[in-house]
Amino acid sequence: MTATADKAAAVDTVTLTIDGTEVTVPKGTLIIRAAEQAGIEIPRFCDHPALKPAGACRQCLVDVASPGPDGNLRAFPKPQASCTMTVTQGMVVNTQDTSPEADRAQKGVLELLLINHPLDCPVCDKGGECPLQNQAMSHGRSESRFVDVKRVFEKPLPLSSEILLDRERCILCQRCTRFSKEIAGDAFIDLQNRGAMQQIGTFSEDVLGFEGYGPVGVAAEDEAGAAFSSYYSGNTVQICPVGALTSASYRFRSRPFDLVSSPGISEHDSSGSAIRTDHRRGAILRRLADYDPVVNEDWITDKDRFAFAWQNLDDRVTRPLVRIEGELVETSWPQALAAAAEGLRTAMELKRKKGIAVLPGGRVTLEDAYAYGKFARAVLGTNDVDARTRIASDEEQAFLGATVAGTGLGVTFGDLEKAPAVLFVAFEPEDEGGVVFLRLKKSEGRQRVATVAPWLSRGNEKLGATLVPAVPGTEGAVLKKLPADVEKSLSQPGAVIVVGERAAGAAGALSQALALSKRTGARIAWIPRRAGERGALEAGALPGLLPGGRDAASAKARSEIAGAWGVPGLPLAPGRASAEIISSAAARGLDALVIGGVTVSDLTGDVVKALKKTGFVVSLEVRRSEVTDYADVVLPVAPPSEKSGTFVNWEGRLRSFATAIHTDALSDHRVLDALARELGFALGTATVAAVNAEIAGLAAVASSDRPAAPKVSPPAKPAGPIVLSSWHQLVDESALQDGEPYLAGTGRVAVVRMSAATAKKVGVESGSISLSGATRASVDLPVVVTDMVDGVVWAPAKSPGSWVARDLGVEPGDPISVKGGFA
Amino acid sequence: MADDDVWEVNRERDGRDAPFVSNFPKKGAVGQAFAPVAGFGVTLRNFFRPTVTEQYPRVKTPPMPRYHGRHQLNRYPDGLEKCIGCELCAWACPADAIYVEGDANTPDHQMSPGERYGRVYQINYLRCIFCGLCIEACPTRALTMTNEYELAGPTREGLIYEKQDLLAPLGQGMLAAPHPMAPGTTDGDYYRGDVTKVAQEQIDWVAEHRPDDPTLPVGVARG
Repeated sequence: MTATADKAAAVDTVTLTIDGTEVTVPKGTLIIRAAEQAGIEIPRFCDHPALKPAGACRQCLVDVASPGPDGNLRAFPKPQASCTMTVTQGMVVNTQDTSPEADRAQKGVLELLLINHPLDCPVCDKGGECPLQNQAMSHGRSESRFVDVKRVFEKPLPLSSEILLDRERCILCQRCTRFSKEIAGDAFIDLQNRGAMQQIGTFSEDVLGFEGYGPVGVAAEDEAGAAFSSYYSGNTVQICPVGALTSASYRFRSRPFDLVSSPGISEHDSSGSAIRTDHRRGAILRRLADYDPVVNEDWITDKDRFAFAWQNLDDRVTRPLVRIEGELVETSWPQALAAAAEGLRTAMELKRKKGIAVLPGGRVTLEDAYAYGKFARAVLGTNDVDARTRIASDEEQAFLGATVAGTGLGVTFGDLEKAPAVLFVAFEPEDEGGVVFLRLKKSEGRQRVATVAPWLSRGNEKLGATLVPAVPGTEGAVLKKLPADVEKSLSQPGAVIVVGERAAGAAGALSQALALSKRTGARIAWIPRRAGERGALEAGALPGLLPGGRDAASAKARSEIAGAWGVPGLPLAPGRASAEIISSAAARGLDALVIGGVTVSDLTGDVVKALKKTGFVVSLEVRRSEVTDYADVVLPVAPPSEKSGTFVNWEGRLRSFATAIHTDALSDHRVLDALARELGFALGTATVAAVNAEIAGLAAVASSDRPAAPKVSPPAKPAGPIVLSSWHQLVDESALQDGEPYLAGTGRVAVVRMSAATAKKVGVESGSISLSGATRASVDLPVVVTDMVDGVVWAPAKSPGSWVARDLGVEPGDPISVKGGFA
Repeated sequence: MADDDVWEVNRERDGRDAPFVSNFPKKGAVGQAFAPVAGFGVTLRNFFRPTVTEQYPRVKTPPMPRYHGRHQLNRYPDGLEKCIGCELCAWACPADAIYVEGDANTPDHQMSPGERYGRVYQINYLRCIFCGLCIEACPTRALTMTNEYELAGPTREGLIYEKQDLLAPLGQGMLAAPHPMAPGTTDGDYYRGDVTKVAQEQIDWVAEHRPDDPTLPVGVARG
């Protein structure tokens, strides 16, 4: 009975009595939930509203009587587990508050649960927030009668580099195993053995401690052979009602009473998951999932949970830096702003202008993106602003402007969950979607999932997806002629086509997705990877799009925005996309560049050369990076936990968050406001409220002001005999996961995948191979022969040893050369 | 205005204009005659009483055995720390005077028996009220109070005692941490007092990893 915001239809209700209080609840409600509604607390461990009932811990025993066939009330002979029994009409329930029998039963269960519990609360991470500790105090006996020796296990047992298992503390409630089976689909841990030796373990004979007790099914293993490699494993730590599962990064770090909890929104993906940041003395110690029924429900990804150390590493820029005689020197804000303004003014007043560009990066908030866009257009007078520092195309911009930007809440998580059919185009639900995968997993078996991809990844496999094979780059042609059954399934009402950001790399894919949507009536959801992508789109931080999805080429839209901004007019020259900006900068085609959170190694172009050849570079960064190394002025900005703002998630839902840790760090929009002021322009983006008021003041967009939907015909053939397929795995070496070795250890081992035929063709069937792309270095990785499309080589985008963009300089869909045969 | 009324009424009731009458009994004629010098009686009486003046700081009187003085973080007989960094003392402290950060023991850095030790331990003696609730809360008897009462200083920083200021000095035969637990023992054995001296394996470990350690027994190779 997971509560969702979806409107509940009129339902049958039953009325029962709990502790003398009459309660009316929907039919099928569990007694424990009905009691919650009546404000009566029944102690429990295994029960979790998002998991199926298990009745494993027996802590919630209550006295139950229900009317028999003759209508007379008949009591059950023994107390019943209220977490597994549904209510019936006229039922009479007596909890521990009113029934001495139930109270005695609960005390007995708790005493038994504590028999083998080590009671090492002083050293346990859960101490102070432990349901077992709390309920032993509130519902248990005051003294233990147990005098014998307790069962001991070796501890802690690392399930992964991040998740540690202490089997002594475990009360076998099976929340973790139910979560990993039902919610995440990564059944790497399960109950093993019997009786007092029953324990949670991985499918490894070392853990079992004796041979011949292998798992019933085939134990799923990834290429590393590592157990419990799940992107969602951190959730088991949060739902563990005792301290049996703890995380290595939070191990012994603090106590609940030390922590200040601030609600927030995760900066790691476009889902906008609700998180809770726990910090102590200004240092973040951990993050937990916050409950948000319409977005992430109870769960977040491990990246959301564990990747926060990057914000406070040693390379954090805390004071403005200005390059003086070739060296970056710490200065004051007024001096740095003056220097930045001076450089930009010089570039703006050049006689032979080559251009100024703005690259905000894809991780900024809506307010920041708006400030970057406005700064570029109103202050610098250029349309060269692009937040898409990834694979992108003009077709994508037209697609986004025509169908995504300014459309408000489109397809929602709830719609995805209820959709009868879902088609993924260049989108990996687990790697690129995070919690999107969990919502789809809920509907496993009830919806038809198909994916247009070169091979069926583990995430898609877990969703029971059908593979519609496509060589990267030819997705458009595949969408044109989908298998009849897939196309038919999409004509059902409520069907959804999910396009990922990589669709921009396949010419015609987005045009064909729109055509498919028109043919079948399926709705389109665009799910990018980064948190700021949708916000940047709404804020007009794309070269051809003004705020709200207005076409920058439309004179009416331009004058509308110019009027709102109080400027005489907006620049006319069409803006360049990030790849063009970088390539033209590398060819000395740029006078100045304002650059935000852009990771150089994520881009295929020669960014370092571009930065070197650009006359003047202003960098707004949190940490020292390759960009700041070449910048002329570095203005430090606040990381997400130290600022407030709004991420717009892929649904178009505004996910506002407040400042978790108050420091003197400034948001990008505030820094840009100060910089504009220095240039003699009132940008009006000093506060989040000011930006939001300005955005809210813009009128609705007329459809005539939007760009036309793209009509690009897809290429029929791949770009080469062997083309690259690649995407970012959720846990990899991206900049926002720096400083968190425990999380990195849960990432999947980097391998190159190709079909048997391709492997044969290139003469490699085992060992490692060397990929080389357009330029520079190569990527050498072990080969895994996979059931996939021929003529395609897959490599993870930024996993250890496989930094595709930096080392190969190619994007998915580009031809690639393969050399191999060295073991 | 109402208040003024009450005030007036009270003054009325208290007899504002009545003459002063002392409650002391009136003395007789002799008493009245000696009254100017009667106060010297107290002085004269004390000439013949024992001196109670304490000659602090020249002479320091030991306080009562259970006096609540400066805290001490104790060690086990083999030199491992008793503190496990559980923060229960900090939790119990009504004055918020204690700050603790725990950390994990590793095979190369075993500071206390078991999995956890106190990496940071601070007591702010500007806040401490010496109530001893921290001592009651400590699950390993790591924290006790000494009789030391000289807790004053010229700076605020100096009165925040760090772990090294609070740790008990190494006693006879103790080996400085970090070093492994005595072989074959658990933290429970330590807690029950079953570990009574340094084991040879622990000495060997320290001799191998810190050959210059001054707490190594005489005769064990140094350098």
